[in-house]
Amino acid sequence: MNIAFYIASVLAIISTLLAITGKNAVHALLYFITSLLSVSVVFFVLGAAFIAALEVMIYAGAIMVLFVFVMMMMNMGADGVKKERALTTPSMWIGPSIISLLLFLEMFYILTNQTSQSITMLEVQPDAVGKLLFSKYIIVVELAAFLLTAGIIGAYHLAQKEKTIHHRFLQNENDNL
Amino acid sequence: MNIPMEHGILLAAILFSIGLTGLLVRRNVIFMLLSVEVMLNAAGLAFIVAGAARGQADGQVMFIFILAMAAAEVSVGLALIIKMFKIFNSVDIDKADTMNG
Repeated sequence: MNIAFYIASVLAIISTLLAITGKNAVHALLYFITSLLSVSVVFFVLGAAFIAALEVMIYAGAIMVLFVFVMMMMNMGADGVKKERALTTPSMWIGPSIISLLLFLEMFYILTNQTSQSITMLEVQPDAVGKLLFSKYIIVVELAAFLLTAGIIGAYHLAQKEKTIHHRFLQNENDNL
Repeated sequence: MNIPMEHGILLAAILFSIGLTGLLVRRNVIFMLLSVEVMLNAAGLAFIVAGAARGQADGQVMFIFILAMAAAEVSVGLALIIKMFKIFNSVDIDKADTMNG
């Protein structure tokens, strides 16, 4: 089981790198789905089978389909790759990469200089998650419901078409304003 | 299963750094939203690793909340991207710095 964790980790890192550096948006999205699937393998190895299933269903299934849908609305084909080349030049990568590499090295230093506790990963059953979700964290579940409702209304309002006035008289009045 | 907790946290840190780099570098809004997703997923991974090390369900509960938040964030973010694409006819974030309402 240990080897599965490391293989999935390397796969996740490589596919995320390819997703971030890609020029073609659809290809990058497919690489990111691969990364999500490898992270879900990591979850499974760590004993969170329920979360692994949720990751595949909601992240790789639902959220990524939304991305693909929007990308298809924008009609970015071979032309989009050319535009993307103009947008992000290779020299742009230097500064931000150094900044985040420094931050990562700092985190690496903190993590490796701790007293290493050899912790065995313990499996958590899904029923424990459900019981905790609807007892201790019930108020957060309600808040998540508020957030999702606000998200639906916000997305609907933003994607609405602007009202067009078809009447000739009203059109002129609108122009004068 | 005898994976040290540091390795799991380290994987989360690497993924988070990659997402941060992408967010800083890319000018295409879709890629920026994708990078935010990478960072959220890395944060969730850190929660799962910590929960698995303790053997408690709290980490998984927090991941479910992150999932719900990511879904809401993506729906609003993609609606904003569609709106921006209609107005500027481009996905370049630098074109959105002159918003006249």
